[in-house]
Amino acid sequence: MTPPDDLHTQLDKMRPQLLRFAILQLRNKTAAEDAVQETLLAVLEKPDSFAGQSSFRTYVTGILKFKIIDHLRSLKREIALENGEDESESDLIDHLFKSNGHTVDMPAAWGEPEAVLQQQDFFRVLEVCLEKLPTKTARVFMMREWLELETEEICKELQLSTSNLWVVLYRARLRLRECLDLNWFGNH
Amino acid sequence: MRFLLTCKQAHQMVSERLDRHLSLTERARLRVHLSICDACTNFNGQMQLLRQAMRKLPAEQLPTDTDSQP
Repeated sequence: MTPPDDLHTQLDKMRPQLLRFAILQLRNKTAAEDAVQETLLAVLEKPDSFAGQSSFRTYVTGILKFKIIDHLRSLKREIALENGEDESESDLIDHLFKSNGHTVDMPAAWGEPEAVLQQQDFFRVLEVCLEKLPTKTARVFMMREWLELETEEICKELQLSTSNLWVVLYRARLRLRECLDLNWFGNH
Repeated sequence: MRFLLTCKQAHQMVSERLDRHLSLTERARLRVHLSICDACTNFNGQMQLLRQAMRKLPAEQLPTDTDSQP
């Protein structure tokens, strides 16, 4: 069993990172701080719930995700995707392809995921790239890829059509791909 | 509709495959395209890596953060 003091120290150290992720997802500092606070309280209230099957960090992050989903629901109106946030760059997709549908530039081979994902710095770059996404695109992408919500659920929450959602996610991935290619894989 | 996908179509399908089940025909068309196209195969690898990275994002990142603090 973890002594209370140690638990406090551990949580204290995690707090800044948890807050960064909450802000990345919610894009609302107050809601993010609330979500983190609720997470820490939940862990402190039931210190014995941690069964040790995963790392303590994974456990705390898992709780944070649930708290964030709660906040997303209450922020619902605000997060509805405004028409056209990402449409201003309609050429985001088009400029990658020639008129015959072939790629303009050859996408780079990024190598084995296992090797890349072992490097801590990669995740820092990824985080920066996520921060650069347009606000609402980022929320949708994080809901799908970080909170791992099903597409039906996201569509329902945000009142988006499924085909609209697929395009938003595709665009988000293209932006992240470009950012990672440039800032991590050193291409272009 | 031509059976062979263009890269533009294949790219979008590679992304959508992460969000929905492709039909049998779509899967066949994509498989054929990927088997002959290095560009889309690389793009597919990038998308797979991105998904795996997002799944590992917080847990992977937290250690450095805490360890680097005095």
